Amino acid sequence: MQHSSLTVRAVLYLALLLFAALFLIPFYLVLVTSFKDVAELRRGNMLSLPETWTVAAWLKAWSAACTGAACNGLRPYFYNSLEMVVPAVLISSVIGAFNGYALAQWHFRGADAIFTLLLLGFFIPYQAILLPAAQFLGYLHLSNTIAGLVLIHVAYGIAFTTMLFRNYYVSVPPDLVKAARVDGAGFFLIFRKIFLPISLPIFTVCIIWQFTQIWNDFLFGAAFSGTTARPVTVGLNNLVNTTEGVKEYNVDMAGAVITALPTLIVYIFGGRYFVRGLTAGAVKG
Amino acid sequence: MGVSKAVALLLAATWLGGVGSARAEDLEVLHYWTSGGESKAVNVLKGEIEKKAFTWKDSAIAGGGGQNAMTVLKSRAVAGDPPAVVQMRGPAVQDWAENGALVDLDKVAGGWSKVLPPAIFNVLKYKNKIYAAPHWIHRVNWMYINKAILDKAGGKVPTTREELYQVADKIKAAGFIPIAHGETAYQDGVFFEGIVQSMGIDFYRKAILEGDQQALTSPTMVKVFDTVRESQKYFDDGVQGRPWNLAAAMVIEGRAGILFMGDWANGEFKNAGKVPGKDYVCVPVPGTEKMFTFIADTFVFFKQHDQPASPGQLALASLIMTPEYQEKAAFYKGAIPAITTASVAEFDDCAKKSAADMKASISSDTLITSQNQGTSEARLGAIRDVVSKFMNSKQDSKSAAEALAKAVKAAM
Amino acid sequence: MTALQTIKSVRQRKSQSSVSAWFERSVPALVLSPSVCVSVIFVYGFVLVTGYLSFTPSTLMPRYALVGLDRYRDLFSNDVWWESVNNLAWFTVPFIIGSAAFGLLLAILMDQRIRYEGALRATFLYPLALSQIVAGTAWQWLFNPTYGLERAVQHFGWSSFRFNWLGNPDLAIFCVVIAAIWQCTGFVASLFLAGLRSVDDEIVKAAQIDGASLPTIYRRIILPVIRPVFFSVTLILAHLAIKTFDIIVVMTAGGPGTATWLPSYFMYTFAFERGRMGIGAASAMMMLAMIVAVLVPLMYLESRATRNAT
Repeated sequence: MQHSSLTVRAVLYLALLLFAALFLIPFYLVLVTSFKDVAELRRGNMLSLPETWTVAAWLKAWSAACTGAACNGLRPYFYNSLEMVVPAVLISSVIGAFNGYALAQWHFRGADAIFTLLLLGFFIPYQAILLPAAQFLGYLHLSNTIAGLVLIHVAYGIAFTTMLFRNYYVSVPPDLVKAARVDGAGFFLIFRKIFLPISLPIFTVCIIWQFTQIWNDFLFGAAFSGTTARPVTVGLNNLVNTTEGVKEYNVDMAGAVITALPTLIVYIFGGRYFVRGLTAGAVKG
Repeated sequence: MGVSKAVALLLAATWLGGVGSARAEDLEVLHYWTSGGESKAVNVLKGEIEKKAFTWKDSAIAGGGGQNAMTVLKSRAVAGDPPAVVQMRGPAVQDWAENGALVDLDKVAGGWSKVLPPAIFNVLKYKNKIYAAPHWIHRVNWMYINKAILDKAGGKVPTTREELYQVADKIKAAGFIPIAHGETAYQDGVFFEGIVQSMGIDFYRKAILEGDQQALTSPTMVKVFDTVRESQKYFDDGVQGRPWNLAAAMVIEGRAGILFMGDWANGEFKNAGKVPGKDYVCVPVPGTEKMFTFIADTFVFFKQHDQPASPGQLALASLIMTPEYQEKAAFYKGAIPAITTASVAEFDDCAKKSAADMKASISSDTLITSQNQGTSEARLGAIRDVVSKFMNSKQDSKSAAEALAKAVKAAM
Repeated sequence: MTALQTIKSVRQRKSQSSVSAWFERSVPALVLSPSVCVSVIFVYGFVLVTGYLSFTPSTLMPRYALVGLDRYRDLFSNDVWWESVNNLAWFTVPFIIGSAAFGLLLAILMDQRIRYEGALRATFLYPLALSQIVAGTAWQWLFNPTYGLERAVQHFGWSSFRFNWLGNPDLAIFCVVIAAIWQCTGFVASLFLAGLRSVDDEIVKAAQIDGASLPTIYRRIILPVIRPVFFSVTLILAHLAIKTFDIIVVMTAGGPGTATWLPSYFMYTFAFERGRMGIGAASAMMMLAMIVAVLVPLMYLESRATRNAT
């Protein structure tokens, strides 16, 4: 719908600009604070640019800040997160792809029931499984390990990835599969020859979305990791909320940016797919 | 020939490696002593145990006065993988013992009852077996006053609530903040328990330690909340969320007059180079002169794979109970030794006073557990919830007392 | 070789025994079965175990004796639990209304064939790419009474400006609401925008030619089309609100006092910090009940609306 009036257009752009500024300001504050030194924080106004730009806070947040367990900064937890996220994303995506394909194109009794069964897992509050999950991980000798966290994230990520792939593969005409089956092709061959070649966009959506969800998780990290396998989100919370003496807000903010960087980078480069991932499940449902 | 030789070498290496590591038992220690003086104290023990060829694997978790550490512990215990050694205090020791999670120390604790006051010895036991080794004793019912400010306000140390208000008024008139406080659930709780204790040791025991409903809903408890409300007049505006050590800094730096905190605050004064008697005075909370409310920081030892106490665990427990360790560690920590055979000759005047008061309280039977020590985490949390809410709102004392009674009952 | 030729040659190599035919037919189910197993164990199984624990006297460690409804009685007589539920209401309602209102507004603005739509959408969506811990850290800093918004505004001249919502027990929850709205509005806007875009332009043009005013066009044509989006949005936001946990931990730790406790925080604190697993499990089951109570009616209404619309 178009309005040709110039004033209306001006007001429109102004309003959007205002909102954009409102959305950007918190992150601007975080960035700007991370480059200031503590003395300036006390004196100054949070909106102002640093008088002297310093990366001291960044270095401290990365390798020297005390996060309660030790004073090694966020670096060990950052690496833990990386080690955890990569397998979890890949495994849950691949499983979701095969599940989605099976549910979308192979109609058998109970397919819809299975889909609903899997989907409901998406909605449960994770508080309802924390206690037994902790016991189960202990039983498998996987408590306080990265492998344990990977298992948890895969187990609870399958619901979303399956839904994503199913909604995507459902739009492939069933005649293609029928014809292939008439010619005698089996489940995996059809997947490899027909579905895999068209799956790059949806895999991208799935990987980006899963990466964001798993990297940003806090609850599972807090409940299932001790000090060895702790992910960076839990490390950041410890950094920000452990007050031994004076609070160093610039270090806190630098830590926040470090934690946010991977998902932000993924977002900047894959933003288009990010949106698709959001709307894929929500609107079609 | 090549393959079997390789296998033989591999087996030999494993065997040798196994023999080598069989001697050095790994002891994973979960604790929350992460500030300067605390780390020093912990390192004394670490050095001693490693002399005995055991390896100390440190798992320090700061924050929340031990809450974070206890949370990690619970997750790991539920998962069946608890650390070998854990810092713990209070009824949690008995709770874990009851759940069968701890090893008993009877093998090395034979002579302990002779060197520990009965009130302290009792907190280590469950069903007549010993489960914990105490490092030191903290006293909680302390009041610290900046000397310069006290002199400006007439110089008389208050020993009753009324005198306290008078001194506070004078401090305010002189342009300083009367009471330094930080509104965190933790410090609110310490502040609250001091006032409860000033109403008498029996009232405190009944209301807080036993959770007696009558005591909790009595006019005395309403008076306690009234007193809290009265005292809030003497706080400054910036109390919200201020951590306790920054409140202590206000008194150390001469911006505020009075601080209510346990003797770990003494460590803050010491680190700032302040001298008791000259820069500050330490006195019991008004109304609690004869009482000594203590916290005993202990190590407990979790069963590893359902085994009884390992050599490393027993060795560590024994080391903790030596006078040499107790004197050094308590000195760094800002506490006093738990065992009566240790000397406080090298400690500062406030600590010496503390030790003398503890001896006196043993004979007059007024050595009693502090709120942090004598209540379960659930009940402590419940008390803090109610007190914090009261201090953060305009709630009236009567409904606060009722809420406290209800919350304590629910946390039984 | 084309795909079809490959398939034909494969067929020639296969045997036609009935066992392999049965196997072929069961492959999809077999492929799905690990996920079904995982779901049965990790979702349904664990929920049942938590449910079981809510009927036991478990404190520090799980205990498996059954003691009836005691834990639920404890829960419902716990003032802090009811405060958590109350706080949840005070969080959820402004959160949903705020996110939906701003989301719809942004979507309408962006639907006006503006330039730089991609950049704007990216700006509104990026908060969702951040962890709640990061978002909470940023907003906690902004709301900081000494160094934050208060001082910044004072700097700009309004020297008596006071802003200590985070330290005010009655207002702290709204700080969390604001941070949550900031994180979710872009997502809601994307959903509404997709919905708006699905409106048939021809119908709108025809209405405009007929002289219909803008509000009327919105009311009669556009709003009905995006009604299903409203349902989806409410469903998703309500379910997110009930699950909100991370941002409370980092922004307020439930404080001041218990002013920002939510049921999720209650569960975690009682189960993991205060050694009361039984009550923790009971509160978790209540959270589950809340989600079911929200989702079932909404899904029913949505399916009815979709049926009526078609």
